[in-house]
Amino acid sequence: MREGHLHLKVVTPVRVVVDTEADEVTLPGVLGALGILPGHAPLLAALGIGELSYRTATRERYLAVQRGFAEVAADVVTVLADVAELPAEIDVEAAREEKQAAEAALRGAAGKEFEHQRAHLEAAVTRITVAARR
Amino acid sequence: MRSTQQITKAMKMVAAARLRRAQTHILEARPYAAALDTVLRSLASRVASHRHELLVERPEHAVTLVVVTADKGLCGAFNANILREAISLLEGGRWERVELVLIGRRGVDFFRRRSYVTMSTHAELMRAVTPEAAFDLARTLATRFAAGETDAIYLLYNHFRSIMKQEVTLERLLPIERARIAGGERPGAYIFEPSPQALLGQILPRHVQFQVLRALLDSQAAEQASRMTAMGAASKNAADMIDRLTLTYNRARQASITKELIEIVSGAQALAER
Repeated sequence: MREGHLHLKVVTPVRVVVDTEADEVTLPGVLGALGILPGHAPLLAALGIGELSYRTATRERYLAVQRGFAEVAADVVTVLADVAELPAEIDVEAAREEKQAAEAALRGAAGKEFEHQRAHLEAAVTRITVAARR
Repeated sequence: MRSTQQITKAMKMVAAARLRRAQTHILEARPYAAALDTVLRSLASRVASHRHELLVERPEHAVTLVVVTADKGLCGAFNANILREAISLLEGGRWERVELVLIGRRGVDFFRRRSYVTMSTHAELMRAVTPEAAFDLARTLATRFAAGETDAIYLLYNHFRSIMKQEVTLERLLPIERARIAGGERPGAYIFEPSPQALLGQILPRHVQFQVLRALLDSQAAEQASRMTAMGAASKNAADMIDRLTLTYNRARQASITKELIEIVSGAQALAER
């Protein structure tokens, strides 16, 4: 690994999604977005549902992430996500339908069901946003 | 006989292809497993009194035994080994009360006619092992354990050691073995977001979910390896039998030819003697 760079590794239970060098990584933390630059202090954070972005020498890249953890130690960023999708893998049509279904279900839902549907909605919105970034 | 051999050969090839796929799944899950392990250990070493509900050890009066079998037979002793071990655990008197969670059609069918307590059956789960299905099952199990409805949960499954060797394995899923999360000492102060306790509370259930997925994938690979070996042996037996039958057939044919020759020759002799 080159000095002054981050190594980003995004893994899910079924595969390695990203394994690359980056200059900057932004994580969707549960308490808000976390910007990580080289030399960052060791960190362990829970991730929510949202967009993960990272900047390489040439361009900015995006992933749709659903829950998990991120560990930052010695300029290595390890992301353990339940789900992580590249923009090209996202089926926008399906995401739109999920969004509508979740919106419909949210009306009149309460308690646990409300939380459940809101997570669905967040996931669908994130996927649509990330897909548009390709 | 030849058609039987063709079938066993085809089944062997299908099993070999499925084994490759199952092994790929295991390999692809490995980086996640390693990362989860590191994070969990380094976190557990930092949270002083990790008194989480999934770590609580109780005397094992009532336990849950998760038995993983295959959906189909024709895979050697794969199912028989697991079921024999399950019965010996049930009869062994190690636990006062045992409830079963059956995964795979073979196990479900086997226990249907027997009078053991079955908590749930999942006959279709092994057809396609997905993280979602495995995690759902793990969540149900964890909830039961946390609510105190069971004192411990064990997994009984075939571990894929090599193509020739599958091992019946009994593993404790819950409470989580402390040794599995201990020993991750790392210098330096970490920033935790949110608190270490809250993080541990989220990572431990994932650890449990992942263990279930891993066991199912492992069993799937073991099943295909076992079937491959069994069908390889069956093809070989068929080949031997074809050889024997061909020999017998040729002998019989030779005998009838000889007999006919004798008849012709003796007929000719009889004519010549006249």
